[in-house]
This record gives sequence, C-alpha cells and structure tokens, in this order.
Amino acid sequence: MFDSLPPALILLAGALLIAVLRGYWRIGVVLLAPLATLLAVWQVPDGIVATLPFLDYTLQIVEGSPLRRLFATVFAGMALVGGLYAYRTARWYELSAAYAYAAGAIGVCFAGDLITLFLYWELMALFSTVVVWCGNSAAARAAGIRYAIMHLLGGIILKVGIEGVVVHTGSIDIQPMLATNFDTWMILIGILINAAAPPVSAWLADSYPESSPTGSVFLSAFTTKTAVLALILMFPGEKVLIGVGLFMVMYGIIFALLENDVRRILAYSIVNQVGFMVCAVGIGTQMALNGAAAHAFAHIIYKALLFMSAGVVIYRTGKNKCTEVGGLFRTMPVTAFCGIIGALAISGFPLTSGFTTKTMISQAAADESLVTVYMLLAAASAGVFLHAGIKFPWFVFFQRDSGLRPKDAPWNMAAAMFVLVALCLGIGAFPGLFYQFLPYPVEYTPYTASKVLFYLQLLLFSGLAFFLLLPLMRRTETISLDTDWLWRVLLNRVACSIGAFISALLAAISRVTDKVLTRSKKACAKQMNTDLDANDDEELGLFARSWPIGRTAMWIAVLLTGYVFAYYL
Amino acid sequence: MKDSKHRDDHWLVRPKTIRLLWLAFSVVLTLTVLAQLVISIKGYVGVDSWFGFGAAFGFLSCVAMVLFAKLLGKVLKRREDYYREGADDV
Repeated sequence: MFDSLPPALILLAGALLIAVLRGYWRIGVVLLAPLATLLAVWQVPDGIVATLPFLDYTLQIVEGSPLRRLFATVFAGMALVGGLYAYRTARWYELSAAYAYAAGAIGVCFAGDLITLFLYWELMALFSTVVVWCGNSAAARAAGIRYAIMHLLGGIILKVGIEGVVVHTGSIDIQPMLATNFDTWMILIGILINAAAPPVSAWLADSYPESSPTGSVFLSAFTTKTAVLALILMFPGEKVLIGVGLFMVMYGIIFALLENDVRRILAYSIVNQVGFMVCAVGIGTQMALNGAAAHAFAHIIYKALLFMSAGVVIYRTGKNKCTEVGGLFRTMPVTAFCGIIGALAISGFPLTSGFTTKTMISQAAADESLVTVYMLLAAASAGVFLHAGIKFPWFVFFQRDSGLRPKDAPWNMAAAMFVLVALCLGIGAFPGLFYQFLPYPVEYTPYTASKVLFYLQLLLFSGLAFFLLLPLMRRTETISLDTDWLWRVLLNRVACSIGAFISALLAAISRVTDKVLTRSKKACAKQMNTDLDANDDEELGLFARSWPIGRTAMWIAVLLTGYVFAYYL
Repeated sequence: MKDSKHRDDHWLVRPKTIRLLWLAFSVVLTLTVLAQLVISIKGYVGVDSWFGFGAAFGFLSCVAMVLFAKLLGKVLKRREDYYREGADDV
C-alpha cells in the first residue's frame, strides 16, 4: 500500500510534535520537519504510489507528477523558510497550526483522487482559520469566523460537485474536465472560492491582514496556490477562467491602489497575481500551464518575501498603515532592501523571478492570438509595478520621515528574507535551471532584447506615472467597501429588519390578545359579579342574579325536547 | 543655505539628491525609448512594435487605473471604523 511515507503526513507529524515539545527540541522540529518533507517530496515517483481502501473506493493518497512535485516543493520550502522566520516570535500553536496547514497543502498536491483532495482541502481550511485567529485581537477573531464560514461554504460546494461527479461518472480520479454540467460547475466554483475569485475575493483581504506578522507569511502561500494547482489539474482550457482571471487581475490593482493598510495592499496583490495564473489555466496550452505553474512557484516566494518585509515593520513598529509609517529605510536597510527585491520581482522586472515566469503567460496569450488578453495582461503588468512594485516600498520605507527609528530585522527574519531574495534573483537570472522542473518541456527564451526593452519601457513609464500622480494617491485613513459589504452589513441589516418586523408583529398580536382578554375578563366579572367592590345598588350580572324556578323548569324542558328530537333524527 | 535644515537628514532625502535622482530617472526613461532605434521590438499584435508603444501604453494605462481607482474610491471609501460600529459586542 505505502511504498514510502506520504510527505504530508511527515509535516503533519511535525505539527503535532511542535505542539508537545518545548525549547530546542521544538526548534529542531520546526526546522527539520519541512526538510524531511522536502526530501520525501523529491522521492515521490511519477504515478500512483500509495493507495488506501475506503468504502467501495480505492483512495490514491499519493500520486506523483512533475507538476505536483513542483507545487509540493515550494509549499514544503515555504514551511521551512516561514518556520525560520517565525520560530522566535510566533506562539507554539501558531507554528503548529501553520505546519498542519502546510501539510494540508502538500496533501492536496499529491492527492490522486477527489476524496483525498477534499480531506486535505478541509484540513487546510481548518488550520488556516486557526492561523488567522492567532492574530489575537477582536478583529482577528471576527475575521477568522468570516474566513471559516467562507471556506466551509466553499468546501460544501466542492463536496456537492465531487459527489455529483462520483455518482454520475463512477470515477473518483482527478482528471481534466470542463464546466459543462451542474457537478463540474460546483467543483469549479468550490475551487474558485479558494482562489479568491469574484464575487468573493474579499475574504482574502479581509482575513490575511488581521493575522499576526508571522501568520500572514504562511497564509499568503498555500490556499490560493493549491486552488491554482487544482485548476491546472482539473480545468485546463476552461475558457470561463480567462475572464475570471482578467477580472481578478484588475480588481487587485484597483483595490490595492485605494488601500492604506500595508498588508492589505499585499493581500489585494495576491488576488491580482492569482488572476494571472487563473487566466493562464483558462488559455490552457502547454506554454500557458507551464506559465501558471512557474508563476505560482515564483509568486509564493516573492509574496512571502513581501509579507516578511511588512511583517518585520509591523513587528518592530506595531504600525500597519501607510499613513503611520514612512522613512524607515534609515534604520531598516536590510528589511527595505528585501522588500524592494520582492517588489521588483512581483513587478516582473528583468533579472527577477517575476519576469521569467509572468512573461510566459503573456507569451501564451500572444501565441493563441488572444489580442485583448495580451494587451490587458501588459496593462496589468504595468499596474502591478504601480500598486505593489513602487507603492509598497515607497510608502513604507520612503515617502516622508515618520520619525520612527525602529531596529532592523532580527537575524532569523533577515536570514529567511535573504533565502527568498536569493531565490527571486536566482530564478530571474538562471531561468533555464528552473524551467526543467516545469510540467511540460519549455521552448521559451525570456531574455530577448526585444522583450526586455518592451517590459523596461512599460515598467519604467508606469513608475513615472506613479511619481507624477503621487498627489492623487495621498493615503487616507479609510477602508474600501467590497462585496463582503453584502454579508457584513446588508445581510445584517436585512436580518435586523426581519427581526424588528417579527417582534413588532408579535407585539401587535399580544396587544390585541391582551385587549380581548381584559375585555372578556371584565365582561365575565360583570356578569358573575365577582367584582366584590361593585356597588350593591347596581343591577346584578347575568349569572349572579336569582332566577324564578319556573323559568328554569321551562329551559330544562326546552333542552330535553331538543335532546329527544336529536335522538330521533 | 536653504538646505540647512536638511543637512542633518539622510543624504538620500536631501533635495539635492532628489533632484539628481529625477535627472537620472529622466535620462534612463529617455534611453529606454531611444534604444528602440537600435533594437526593434517584436510585436505580437501589431501596435506593440510601434516606436515608444511600451512607454506610452505603460504610462497611459497607469494613469487610467489611478483615475479609475480615484473615482471608485469616491463611492467605496469609508471611515476605518465603518465595520466596527455597533459590532463591539461581537
């Protein structure tokens, strides 16, 4: 059944050990469990490796392929670097939950069937909620509950789809499909909810910035990217995804431009970047799927780097608003440098990982003659530089002198950031080494003079636009409404008005019944003369008077006659 | 010296440095456009091989996005405690 231990179980065991061990033993597990997982990931051969009988089905617990190993590698790597970044400041339960969450993500990577996928999917939902809660504030607890509701809802939709597919096709295998009927639509929607697709993108920007400075590093890596992997595995070439992806790309840019919270800017840019990948899956060619996988890999690294850099700022200053920070480059040169490298990478500057991966997606659109898609992706690339590439480092590290003089990153956080800086620049400088791990053979040269020049023009002039339009982008202490307004406010108001209506209705009913009761009581009291204070001079009530015996006899006779009639009828 | 109050500040934020940075930035911008005289950009959709197209497209799409965000902000922006009102009992 098991040729080797499933990698996800190794990390899950690590998460358990972190919870029970203390001191150096725990630190040892934090650093060694992801390493052991990483080794196990690379040992997984192609094809189905481990199976488990469950009811009438045979679960394929571990199925290997280059694509699955690629995603599992970056997830295990992120657990390792995230653990290094977090272990001195994060509580044990945050580390433990983060590792269980990462284990869920790695489990999804190797899931060969829909049931296993679903189980690990829910494991992720469960422990990522705990990571959000570790933000340890009233806002984090409320956001965590909203996050959990959204993901459990997504899980149910996914489950409905899986049940449908299993019942109607009889197969639990994960295989490419298109959204053609109810079942497949449910699966697609369930996955897209985790990818932060519209109209529920808001869950991401709502919850991630409420987590702890270390928690957001883990959160940024797993949920949305496992959704991208699931899309690559199940919905390559599903044309709906092109539109969904383009919407996400633009939504992320516009909302990030409006935002004041540093980590919320980065959260919106996750939606933006995942949009590129979703769009690529929609294009569905080998080049596009390679691009989606490569971009997911690169994105996890630079986005974690950006969240780490923002995390150090929040850890050192306790402030998370653009309006509160600024000028931090003076005392935080290391954090500023790492943040800038992350920002350049996300913008896809030549020599960074963003350039060598994102341009594959644009190339795939061009190859398929999708002119509009190509142009929108180019505009979006410029927009990424605008909202994340310059806006994040500018407002945090430069802008104005906020007077804050915090210390730079602690050594472990700096070390974690430098590892990711090296990866961002490495994938950017030596793309050939990285391309060989992609699912399909790569025939793509990112560094042609023409391409580099085009993107340099695009990016540098969007930089010019940023500085010229700076007065328009003055940060205000505001938040922006999103679709979550519908359930956080409108639904609340509707529920409140329904409640108010029902209580008004009940009050009206009780008023009427009260009135009827008191009146009838009064009438009874009057007729029976139970009211002892009543004036003796008043005429006695109907039931309190004395009646002549003759009249009583007559009524008895009438009743008996009626009875005799009724008997004979 | 009109720069006297900035003299104690970090060299990077002194007005003189910032003027120099703008100058250098302008030179780089001009060069990236002029480089197209030497290097031809391979277009995929026709227009993208025009002279300076990348520069103009990048600049204009950013202006459009910023303006659109600004307009949308008029409708969507709320005070920071918008969701917190009446939610203290949660």
